[in-house]
Amino acid sequence: MSKEVTGTAWNVYDANKLTQAEIYGQVLCDLGDEYPEIVALSADLAKSTKIGVFQDKFPERFVNVGIAEQNMFGVAAGMAKTGLIPFVSTMAVFASLRAGEQIRTDICYQNLNVKIIATHGGVSFASAGTTHQATEDIAILRSFANMTVIVPADGIETAKAVTEAVKYPGPVYIRIGRGFEPTYYKDDNYDFKIGKAVEIRQGTDICIIAIGIAVLQAAEAADYLAKYDGLSVRVINMHTIKPIDKEAIIKAIGDTRRILTVEEHSTLGGLGTAVADVIAESGKGCAFTKVGLNDEYAEIGYPEDLYAHYQLDSNGIIEKVREIMGKDFEEDDNWEDEL
Amino acid sequence: MLTKDEHKKLRDTARTIRHSIIDTTFKAGGAHVGGGMSMLDMLVVLYFKYMNIDTGNPDDPDRDRFVLSKGHGAIGYVPTLAERGFFDKELLGSFNKFKSPFGMHPDSLKIPGCDVSTGSLGHGLPMAVGLAMGARMQKKDFYTYCIVGDGELNEGSNWEAAMAAAHYKMDNLLVFVDRNMQMIDGPVEQIMGLEPLADKWRAFGWECLEIDGHDLNEIAKAIDHAKEIKDRPVVIIARTTKGKGVDYMEDQTKWHYGALDSVLVEKAHASIDKMYS
Repeated sequence: MSKEVTGTAWNVYDANKLTQAEIYGQVLCDLGDEYPEIVALSADLAKSTKIGVFQDKFPERFVNVGIAEQNMFGVAAGMAKTGLIPFVSTMAVFASLRAGEQIRTDICYQNLNVKIIATHGGVSFASAGTTHQATEDIAILRSFANMTVIVPADGIETAKAVTEAVKYPGPVYIRIGRGFEPTYYKDDNYDFKIGKAVEIRQGTDICIIAIGIAVLQAAEAADYLAKYDGLSVRVINMHTIKPIDKEAIIKAIGDTRRILTVEEHSTLGGLGTAVADVIAESGKGCAFTKVGLNDEYAEIGYPEDLYAHYQLDSNGIIEKVREIMGKDFEEDDNWEDEL
Repeated sequence: MLTKDEHKKLRDTARTIRHSIIDTTFKAGGAHVGGGMSMLDMLVVLYFKYMNIDTGNPDDPDRDRFVLSKGHGAIGYVPTLAERGFFDKELLGSFNKFKSPFGMHPDSLKIPGCDVSTGSLGHGLPMAVGLAMGARMQKKDFYTYCIVGDGELNEGSNWEAAMAAAHYKMDNLLVFVDRNMQMIDGPVEQIMGLEPLADKWRAFGWECLEIDGHDLNEIAKAIDHAKEIKDRPVVIIARTTKGKGVDYMEDQTKWHYGALDSVLVEKAHASIDKMYS
């Protein structure tokens, strides 16, 4: 019954030409053949969220509720109660905030099989301003019991995440960008498992834990630092924020003693906080820095300008790594050099 | 329509449950007893006459569904499910207590026969629309019933759902408004008025009926009529009395939520018996 979207299936779509959201739409169409219980909902964003292709293929399994996100998530909860697997797409800011209570109380509390594809995450729709940016959604969604939170690195990983989410019981929140982000993965020849981080660069001097667009940037930073600074930089793609891969984090503490998190999100409550919790509870010490938006609303601008401004790009990450490498973290009683 | 015999049986059932609500409220240390009583006669007609449900198989995918959008009505809903036979009535004694399946608002994962968890107002109707759409998409012919409170209709999400239900012509959905005219801070029309309420629903594209929500025959007739309507959803505005059956509670804003001592319990039982005598 279940079908893996394997290399051959998704390679049909050219990741260089298709956006994350377009790939999501295509993959969902493929999955729709295999899973008759998949249905899709939109709140007047079928075109922007690319779920429209599913509508074209399965018009009777698609509902547009108009500009009414609260109703959309409530309707999805009701549909899930009848055995369907609703895929609900809207912008991350409206999912997490406008309909946050419906997601918590209707979907998570009842542990319903609703899959949320939140588009325009972070500052990907940066020129639209704060009303359309989502820099708190990960913090909100990961605080809901029963919810799984995934931030794929790019379109290829989005395809994998969507495919896995169908088989993964309970509510899943998949946060993607606007669709113009450069891709990290060249093919889908790697293991994607919900809750299992992917080590994309090996290293022992420092570990960068990144999500979303920052995965590519961190990899580029690591390559640069290896070449010009002689640093051995580990990079972890922490695509699943919840449940987080504690083992990968604890291993990184032991191996590198320095951790840098990078996320297109507030540094309050997101990836950085989740990683910090694991570090604190482990009882092991390490130098630690979070990169993201620091308790602020983002500027207007093109996304790449904002990535640079908030040090989410490779240049910013290189600078941060050099800073943290200046901290001489060791196991001694001298705290001066670590403060 | 109800036969004379059906009417008598439903009336006796409503009477039994009203007594059960009083006893459960007493043991629970307090409950939303006013709104539990106001919607009870609709619940009884649905659960004991119309709904296609099997207490032995409460999760049957083809069963009719019910959404108590005014989730604080759990004090009326839970004793109704017990009386219908979904679980042992003795369990009602745990209401509100540590690790009980029953709190002030119903939890569908804990209560056999409860289809949807509710309590946050304005959430039930969207979920009911989703249940009805789920039925249609899977070509199932089960019906979805929903009771909303009148005060609850201040919440905008209801009107999002009302718009969607009419747009998608959800004729497998039947909504009751428990029009008891009271909300926590006072009379609904004084706090945030809804009138002309029937016109609002009609303007949204719904078939709207208005009935006496305590007249079992009228409730049954309205449901029969609703099932004849095609291509649009139906709402029944049921005029009710908050605290119905307990004279000292009737139409009293303060009995939205209350606790009972043994004296008030005795008076309540006596008042209920008087109403049914």
